[in-house]
This record gives sequence, structure tokens and C-alpha cells, in this order.
Amino acid sequence: MSAPLWPALLGRFAWHDLPFVRAWQNPTINELIGAGAGAVVVIGAIAVAVLLTTTGRWRWLWSEWLTSLDHKKIGIMYVAIAFVMLSRALVEANLMRLQQASAIEAPGIVAPEHFAELFSTHGSIMIFFMAMPFLTGVMNYLVPLQIGARDVAFPLLNAIGLWLTGAGAALMMISLVIGRFSTGGWSGYPPFTEIGFNPGVGPDYWIWAVTLGSIASTIAGINIAVTIYKMRCPGMRLMRMPMFCWTSLCTAILMIFAMPPLTVATALLALDRYLGFHFFTNALGGNMMNYANLFWMFGHPEVYIVILPAFGIYSEVVSTFSSKELYGYVSLVIATMAIAVLSFTVWLHHFFTMGQSPSINAAFGIATMTIGVPTGVKIYNWIWTMFRGEIRFTVPMLYSLAFMMTFVLGGLTGIILAFPPLDYVVHNTTFLVAHFHNMLIPGTLYGLIAAYTFWFPKAFGFRLDERWGRIAWACWVVGFYLAFMPLYVLGAAGLARRTQAVMEPAYRPWLYAAELGAVILFGGLLALMVQLWVSVRDRATNRVTAGDPWDGRALEWSTAAPPPDYNFAHRPHVEQRDAFYHDKRKHAPYARPQHYEPITMPKNSAVAPILGIAGAATGFGLVWYMWWLAILGLVIVVSTVIARSFARDTERVITAEAVARTEARWLATVAQARPVVRELETMPANQGLAEVHA
Amino acid sequence: MSRSRLPVTALGLPLLLGGCAAIQLGVVNHAGPVAAAQWHLYLIVAVVLIFVAGPVLLLVPLIAWHYRRSNKGDAYRPDWGFSWPLEILVWVPPIGIVFGLSALLWNATHQLDPYRPLASVQRPLEVQVVALDWKWLFIYPDAGVATVNRLVIPVGRPVHLSLTSGTVMQSLLIPQLAGQIYAMAGMTTQLNLAASRPGVFRGENTQYNGRGFQDQKFDVIAADAAAYERWLARARINGRPLDGAALARITARSVQPAPQVFTRVPPGLFRSMIAASTQESPR
Repeated sequence: MSAPLWPALLGRFAWHDLPFVRAWQNPTINELIGAGAGAVVVIGAIAVAVLLTTTGRWRWLWSEWLTSLDHKKIGIMYVAIAFVMLSRALVEANLMRLQQASAIEAPGIVAPEHFAELFSTHGSIMIFFMAMPFLTGVMNYLVPLQIGARDVAFPLLNAIGLWLTGAGAALMMISLVIGRFSTGGWSGYPPFTEIGFNPGVGPDYWIWAVTLGSIASTIAGINIAVTIYKMRCPGMRLMRMPMFCWTSLCTAILMIFAMPPLTVATALLALDRYLGFHFFTNALGGNMMNYANLFWMFGHPEVYIVILPAFGIYSEVVSTFSSKELYGYVSLVIATMAIAVLSFTVWLHHFFTMGQSPSINAAFGIATMTIGVPTGVKIYNWIWTMFRGEIRFTVPMLYSLAFMMTFVLGGLTGIILAFPPLDYVVHNTTFLVAHFHNMLIPGTLYGLIAAYTFWFPKAFGFRLDERWGRIAWACWVVGFYLAFMPLYVLGAAGLARRTQAVMEPAYRPWLYAAELGAVILFGGLLALMVQLWVSVRDRATNRVTAGDPWDGRALEWSTAAPPPDYNFAHRPHVEQRDAFYHDKRKHAPYARPQHYEPITMPKNSAVAPILGIAGAATGFGLVWYMWWLAILGLVIVVSTVIARSFARDTERVITAEAVARTEARWLATVAQARPVVRELETMPANQGLAEVHA
Repeated sequence: MSRSRLPVTALGLPLLLGGCAAIQLGVVNHAGPVAAAQWHLYLIVAVVLIFVAGPVLLLVPLIAWHYRRSNKGDAYRPDWGFSWPLEILVWVPPIGIVFGLSALLWNATHQLDPYRPLASVQRPLEVQVVALDWKWLFIYPDAGVATVNRLVIPVGRPVHLSLTSGTVMQSLLIPQLAGQIYAMAGMTTQLNLAASRPGVFRGENTQYNGRGFQDQKFDVIAADAAAYERWLARARINGRPLDGAALARITARSVQPAPQVFTRVPPGLFRSMIAASTQESPR
């Protein structure tokens, strides 16, 4: 053994890869920001560990959460990941805006390559580790409850999806502490991300984090689609499903077909970088245009993956808070399906400027505009849902209204961008940045926060604080307009996106306004944190244990809050849409059944955590050329999967007596609760029992 | 009243002026037939879109407010959820608008195809553009002259750009003259444009390509025909020869602080740079 141990063990790692060492050697503001961010990750991890140790919660965390196969807990953990990642990516957004506002004919505070890391991580996180986990979590939580199922079709696969997402997110966080992230943007276009131009670890971090995330999303898509196809309760025909289930189904189908092209694209790029292939290189017949096509074959459906669940959420929210049936259900189903299909026909509009013939550009431009039709139909359907309703302006409803007003503006600029000759002028400028934020913030983010506010009482048994919810809403709305409307102007004035320093003093007022907007958006996140704090503190007065705080319509509201492990003691029978809403008015939904039966549920499993940790280790090993670690991780993954296939004892039985006890406790709460009129639903009087008139 | 308005005006005025100044750098202040046509198209689309968005922007607040729960004077139909006239109203007019816009889009895309030569009695000026890290090389093959980070064009005469990249993908945009087109190694793309008035316009790379990206700007100087010829003559005399050493300096990854002029450009340089970019090299 003459080979030195050090490189074999640590691969290409050197001390200089630690931001702390860099900041020590060269204490500029730029390096100090990097070291500070790394320190936040390290200190945060240590603080969580200390907290868990001092409160003796490790075992609880492991057995109640990390190994749980309960779709509700998995959903909550997805959302928790999303909030952590949202916080980081929003801080990065603020840093970028601060940099641009301070770098008008000046160097600013963040160096060019650090700035490039910021926009790359911001985009990658917001899409792959904020929007995706958030919506996957919400779908995970709700779909089984809404279709009257006790779990998803593949509970273990579900947990594996969560843990692979977590592994990807972990790689993103590790990249803050060890090494540097990619500078190639969230789309990672080669040849810039090829080894010849970017030999560092950055693009490799991007490749493996995104690969883990894309595999996780494919798995999630399969699981949700099969759950909806096979697990609906008796009477729950497809056309009786809540609208959220329809949009989830379309999202799941999109995930199944759209995520693999991304996995393939990153895998081919990895072959280029690791094994000297030439798929996308300049030399030896490589062609980066293939990457652009593959990436956007994923990338455009992805837009609808993140928007369709939000459309479902708005449908539920608008209908519930208008106390009215959803208008044009069939129309909405058709529109959703139309969007899902059309979303595969427009990918080329992401590169109108690549020099293809005008007929091709025009065809894709027309396809793009066509999507506007079903999307417009949806907006009108929500308007007609409010029409002749009794609207309550609660926080989720406020998000829905802000969404409708703002999303339309994004749609307009989308039509502008669909015109190839107009796209030529503003493509790659901040106009484009403003456009997609105008779709994603009011579309996806408002929808997800509305969902969080709307279903939080279901998941945790108490309502979120209304006042702080409104403050957060105001921040997200005002902040959005201030932060992104100026970017339209700047883009039309020719400011290229991803610009670290600005040469034109004329841009100054707009950049200042955008910076102020970014700060207000950050205030929105802080308000959400305060809201959570206040709500947990006051939880005793805001309990809605009976389970139906908003006079809900679908089956999820017919259970306790939080619902028991098994969701439904008896599988519901459904006779029409809005099953629970009508059940409350025609029957006695809280009647005690004659008898209970034992229920079989999946046992906890350590397989998913093992796969997640081993997957992250494999990715980390590949990034740093620590081949032993990569091989070890892969071996663990493969052998765990094989070992699991021999496991027979994977289910546990909840006895009929245990079910009876749980149900009796809940029904006693219901019996004690006072029915509440809608005017008082945001008051402590709301115990989760709706006053209804037959 | 007036006192409370004063600070708003004081704050708003510079913002407004600054805002207008920013807009002047873009397509609004077009200086050539292509950008002018693009701006014209933009206005047409914008007017159509007002009619698309208008109803939503009016109906959402009106209906939400009128049907608020505290308004006891309004109708309440909790089980109403379908109406054929409304269905037709939300599906048919949008489809009609999309049909109309599609016709507009099809024609505009063909007319404003960047590859389409501009109609003119004059022969277009051929310029070959090579995107480099982090600068632009403009080759005037007919004159044997080349520039870095400065494109000089005669007013009124069409310019035909052929673009490639000696490095990663980049995108060339001159907002006041025309839209952008990508430049890719081993490939050639084309862009036709013209300036209709003399002036200095900002050109840039809009596709991120590394740490010098933000500095990769260039001036487009549109000069009248006589001034352009004078510049060309001066460039032939004063320009430094574009020999191997100079080419190596240009193609190195660096930011060029000032524009440069070269002469004695090797014939076929553009072709040979395309060929070189697809050869296997350290990168």
C-alpha cells in the first residue's frame, strides 16, 4: 500500500473547501457571509440535537415520526422540510436583492461567483426542496383522507420518497458548510456545467441533490396516482372526488411522466462529468441543445406540477368559505386534464431564442397560449363559485382572492412571452424572472400557505392565530408587488437576470423598490413563524378537536382533529360530491356505530431512513470523489431493499377495543362541543363543530 | 391635504424620473425597424390583454365584496353549481381570443424571424460575432477588421450577424435594436437588425456564463454612412494586427476593460473558431 491514505479517504476535499477557513484567511464581507451561512447550518443542527437530548425526545422522534409510515405524519414532515428550505431560499433572495441594490456602479457585498451560487441554490431549493415537498406533503396528508382511505397504496414507498427528498435537501444544506454549490442556475445548462468549464464540486452537488429529488418525486407521483385509482372508498366515483383529488391525480400523472426526463438529463450530465462522455460537451459531437430539450420536457410540466395542487386547494378553500358548491365541477375537471396534457406540448417556449425556424417557434407559442384557456376557465369557475355565496374573508380565502387578482397579471405577461418576437426582447431578463415569480408566488406559494392555514387545525387539533395570519398575508401580497413589479420594468429596460452588479444608475429606484419588497416578503415568513409560536402558545383556547372548524365539505373534515392513525373507524360510503357537507345536513354524522372492527395498519419501518441516509452518503461521496463512501452507500441501499423484500411481519393490528376507545373519546368531545355559527369560526368559541341547518 | 401629499410627491418624482430613464434603455426607446416592430406588436398584444384580464380584475373584488357574509341583502344559492350560458361564456370567448392571437402570433413570428433578411435596397453589412468569456468579438470579414466589445454599424443599412460561441452558450441582446439570439459553440445562429438613427446603444450577454458575466456589455455605435466609412478606414490603420498572440489574449477567460480594434484579421477566422470550439481540448 503505497497510495497515501488521505486522498483515498477524503477524495478531493481540502481545508480550503470549508467556508470558515476561507473566511479566516480572507475576512471579506463576501467570505464572512458564506461562513455565517455555514455556521447557521452547523449551529442549527447542534441546537436541534441538544434540544432533543435534553428533552429526551430522540426515541420519540425515531418511533413516532422518522420511521412512521403514516401518510399524515409523512405529509407533515414533507411540509416541515419545505418550511426549513423556504427560510433559507428566502434569505438568499434577500441577499441577492440587497446585492443588486448595493451594486449599482459599485461592487456590492457579494462576489460574482458567490452571487451565482445564491441564484442557483435559491432556484433549485424553491423548486425541488420547497414547492415540491410542500405540495407533495399536502397531497400526502389530504388525498387518503379525502377519498376515504386509511393510507396510501404504498406506505413504505411513501416514506422512501420523503427520505430521498430529505437526502437531497440535506445535500443542499451540506453544500453550505463543505465546498461550494453550482453556479449554473437551477436549470444547470451545459456546457457551462461541464467539467471543462466547472471542474469544482458545485455542479456535482446540484446533480445529485436534484437526482435524489427527482427520484423521490417520481415515487410520490406513482404512489398518489395508484392511491387515487385503487383506494377510493365505496361510492367515491372519480367524478365525486373533491377537486383537490382531481388536481392531485393530474399532478401525479405529470410527475410520473415529467420527472424521468430530468433524472435522465442529470444522469447524462453526470456521465459527461464523471466518465468523460460527450452528451452535452462542445467537443466530440456533444450537443447542449439536447439537454435544453430534455430539461424543459421536465421543466414545463413541472410548472403545472407545482400549480395544479394549488388550483385544487383554491377550489376547496373558495367553495368552503363561500358556503357554496364548487361551480362547474365537470368544467374544472376537463380544464385540469387539458392543462395536464397541454403542459407536455409547450416546452420549447423556454428557448425560442435558440435559432429554430419561425414555424416551430410559432407552433409552440400557440400551444402556450392555448393553455391560457383552461386556466382562465378555472379562474372564472372560482368567481362563479363565490357568486351567490356567503363569503367569509378568512386567511385562506384572502390568499385565494390575492391569488386570483395577481395570477391574472402573470398570465398576461405569460401571453406576452408566448409571442416569440416579444420573447426575443425580454427573454433572460428580469422580465422573465418577474413573470415566473408572478405565477409561482401567487399561484403555488399562496396556495400552499392557504392550505397550511386551512388544514392546520385538522392536522394538529387547534387553529392558527388569525391576526398574525392576516399580517403574514399582507406581507406576502404587498411584498410580492413591490419586489416583482419593478423587475418587469427593469427587464423591459434590458437588465439581464442573474446580474451581480449593475452599470446603469437609471435602474436604481426600481432596484430599491424590489429590495424593499424582498424585505417585506421576508417579513411575511417571520409573521408565519410568529403565528405558529402564538398559536402553539394559545392552543388550549383554540382547540377544534371535534374536527370540523370551517363547516368543511369533503371527508377529511368528518374525522377527529388530528385524525386517528387509521383515519376512519368505518370506511365511509359516499353518495354524492361534498359528501360530508351533505351528510351533516341530511344524516347524523357523529352517531356512535354498533360495533368496531380491528384495523390493520403498516408497521413502522427503519428502511426509509436507512435508504435516505445511505442515499445522501452516496451523493456526498460522489460529489467529493470519496469512492469508498459512494460504494458503501450504494451497497447499503441495495442490500436494504433486498432484505426488506424478505420481511413478512410488516403489519400491525389495532384491536376493535382500541378503536372503540379512541372513537369514544372523540365522540365525547363532539358531544360536549357547542355548534358554532360561521361568524364565530375564528373565535375560541369554535370547537370544531359546525352549526348546520338541514 | 396638500401637506400630506408633499412627501409623496417628493418621494415619487425622482422615482418617476428614474423610472422613465430606465425605460429609455429598452425596447420602448427603439432605434431600429426590428425593435420598432416588436414594440408595435407589444402594444397590440397589451391592448388585447386588457380585455382578457379586465373582467377578472373587476369581477373578483366586486363579487367577493357583494356576496360577503355580512351582506344580508344578496342572494344565496348554496346548491347552484352549473349554468350553460356561463359555461359558454367562459370557454368560447377565450378560445376565440386565442384563435385571433394565434393568427397574429403566426404572422409576427415569421415576419420578425431573426433569420429573415431585412427589406432594403442596400446590401446588408456582414458581421460575424464570436461569444467569448467574457467579451464579444465582432469580425467584419469584408473589411478584414475586428473589434472587441464594440459594434459599429452604419445607420439605415441592414446588418446581418452570424453568431457562434468560442465557449459556453451565450445570448446577444441589443434591446433598442432587436431581440436576442443564442450563440453556441460549433453552431451558427443569425440575427438581422438595423439602426434607424445614430446613437450609442447598449448590447449585452443575457445568458449567465461565469464570474465576468455582469461585465460582458458592449456599445453599439450607429453612425451615418460617411462616419462609418471614416471609422473603418481609421480602424484599418490604427488597429492592432489580430495575430496568434492577440487571439490567445482575447479567447482567454477575462474581462476586457475597454473596447479594442484589430486589423489584418486572418481570412476564415470565424469558420476556424467554430471548428476549434468543437475540438477536444482541456475543456
